[in-house]
Amino acid sequence: MAFNNYEDLSDIHLDVLREIGNIGSGNAATSLSSMLDRPINIDVPKVRILDYNQVVEALGGPENMIVGLLLMLSGEVEGMIMFLLEQNFAKMTLSALLGENYEEFMDEEGEMGNSAMKEIGNIMAAAYVNAISTMSGMAINISTPDICTDMCGAIVNAPAVHYANISDKIIFIENKMSSDEEHSNSYVLMIPDVESLEKIMTNLGIEI
Amino acid sequence: MSRTVTVGISDLNVVKAPDVLVTYALGSCVGICLYDPVSKVAGLSHIMLPASGAIPSADLKAAHKFADTAIPLLIKKMEENGARRIRMKAKIAGGAQMFGATSSAAINNIGQRNVQAVKAALMGLHIPIIAEDCGKNYGRTQFFYSEDGTMRIKSATKGEWTF
Repeated sequence: MAFNNYEDLSDIHLDVLREIGNIGSGNAATSLSSMLDRPINIDVPKVRILDYNQVVEALGGPENMIVGLLLMLSGEVEGMIMFLLEQNFAKMTLSALLGENYEEFMDEEGEMGNSAMKEIGNIMAAAYVNAISTMSGMAINISTPDICTDMCGAIVNAPAVHYANISDKIIFIENKMSSDEEHSNSYVLMIPDVESLEKIMTNLGIEI
Repeated sequence: MSRTVTVGISDLNVVKAPDVLVTYALGSCVGICLYDPVSKVAGLSHIMLPASGAIPSADLKAAHKFADTAIPLLIKKMEENGARRIRMKAKIAGGAQMFGATSSAAINNIGQRNVQAVKAALMGLHIPIIAEDCGKNYGRTQFFYSEDGTMRIKSATKGEWTF
């Protein structure tokens, strides 16, 4: 049997994705911690397959402001990966990187802040992609990230539109991260093409 | 008292005066408002993609996703509520490009292609577009008032406008 869309995933497949999510989130916390030079704790991530409307609700409703980072996957796995960071997560990481007065570094366009956020997006994406790559032995490239801060409904539009022809479902990973006293959520949308998902499963020796 | 009716993504709905239609956070999607000033029937369709093309599943939920299939369905529903196509005027909004040009050609022009498809579909049905707020790079929430056919656009950071 072949996958037609994410709804065809069985419990075993979901477990594999959860494990990829777990390892990816662990890697991401480690990289983030060394980049920010402070300990980052992370709870076991929640991995769910949600449809577009559920994703928007899980993010606090369509008009909730969020920072979105979008990266394209190419090579043996095609698709996209999107990070959604709550604004206080963005503030937490920016103040750690650029200092308490990080806002002084930001010009009107927020270029410095955006550039720093993109770097964080890059590192986190690499953490997840490495998880897939290491487990499956597949070579995967990631593009440089695009950033956008806006209403989450409008941001999630981008991946939803890209896959609207295939499925309304998205792999949704929810990470609870904390550093010192600060807690914040970040979310990852993993959107491999269905063919790529098949390849990943096959390479891991899992029956489709 | 007027009710406010929410239109989800790939969804459409019709109300009569004095009710209000709203669709939240249009990104590259386009919200199409149609209004018949005589019957005061207002319709709003939130489309995601330009054309249904070779999509095999012709179910209703899928039809609401595409400009070319959703608009005729919206008109039909408005006519069932007493509107007449010949009196309808359109106001459209959305079709933004949320992410920069570096990612993928497939998602880059989608907003623009949605707007073009909506305009072509409306032109084919002889419905004039009397106001539009499309393109650029930010999300929009769209309100449509059946009392007088006013469209109000609210963005997160850029402000609010009425059309």
